[in-house]
Amino acid sequence: MSDGQNDISIEALRSGDKHEFARMVDTYSGPLYRLALKMLGNEPDAQDVLQNTFLKAFQHIREFEGRSKLSTWLYRIASNEALMMVRKRRPETNFTDTVQEQDEDQILDPVQFTDWCCLPEEEFLTSESRAALDRAVQRLPETLRIVFILRDIEGLSIQETSQALNLSESAVKTRLLRARLRLREELSSYFGERLDHLKK
Amino acid sequence: MSENEQPTCQTLLCLLSDYVDGELSEELCREIERHTAGCDNCRVVIDTLRKTISLYRASAAEPAEISTETRDHLFKTLNLEDYMQH
Ligand SMILES: [Zn+2]
Repeated sequence: MSDGQNDISIEALRSGDKHEFARMVDTYSGPLYRLALKMLGNEPDAQDVLQNTFLKAFQHIREFEGRSKLSTWLYRIASNEALMMVRKRRPETNFTDTVQEQDEDQILDPVQFTDWCCLPEEEFLTSESRAALDRAVQRLPETLRIVFILRDIEGLSIQETSQALNLSESAVKTRLLRARLRLREELSSYFGERLDHLKK
Repeated sequence: MSENEQPTCQTLLCLLSDYVDGELSEELCREIERHTAGCDNCRVVIDTLRKTISLYRASAAEPAEISTETRDHLFKTLNLEDYMQH
């Protein structure tokens, strides 16, 4: 998100200025909601995450020391809230947890080698294609999903992403690579089929 | 793929993110380009990886906004209704 931090006074927020809180909510609710929606995949949960994020921000604004940008701090709260919601929603089985752990650590060798870049540009803009993009993100393990959303959708730097997730920069980079490669595989099967279809 | 310091498909894979983000040294970039000139699979992987990232970036290019209902509800929950600007 473009950082409106310069406009928003941290001092005013700390002193409990409600006008300033309202301005903060309006400045950041769009990007934070998008993050939550991409993480959770449904609107009611995303709205809950958005609300909880601002409630936590109000409660903890005095602890914000300005070492990161205000936006990064808010992304951090929202990421935690979204991850908690994902985990809460998942049915409790140790089995999926184990699979998940293994999943994250692997850099999968590419298996799809169809070059679909040459598809006509309008193919990428259809609502079906957009839905396929969203589905692919939803299928990522959540620890990869959050990194990809922060870095490649919200456009945070590697450093900001590592601050938001309390991860080392090298861990962010590894997860980002895994996420990107998995998405490439998913999109390759989707757009590869489109390519076949158009050739017929 | 071959002797001396040519990167293999496998080592190239680990460098891909940095490569498409333009964060590798010129020297490494040249090695990768030398590799992909002779390795079609890696060339396709790189091109489609770039395309994948750019499709997601484009999908987020529109300004993120919440609906009026969501905003109203949010301000109410946060007890900030009196401070809503239009
Ligand atoms: Zn290769």
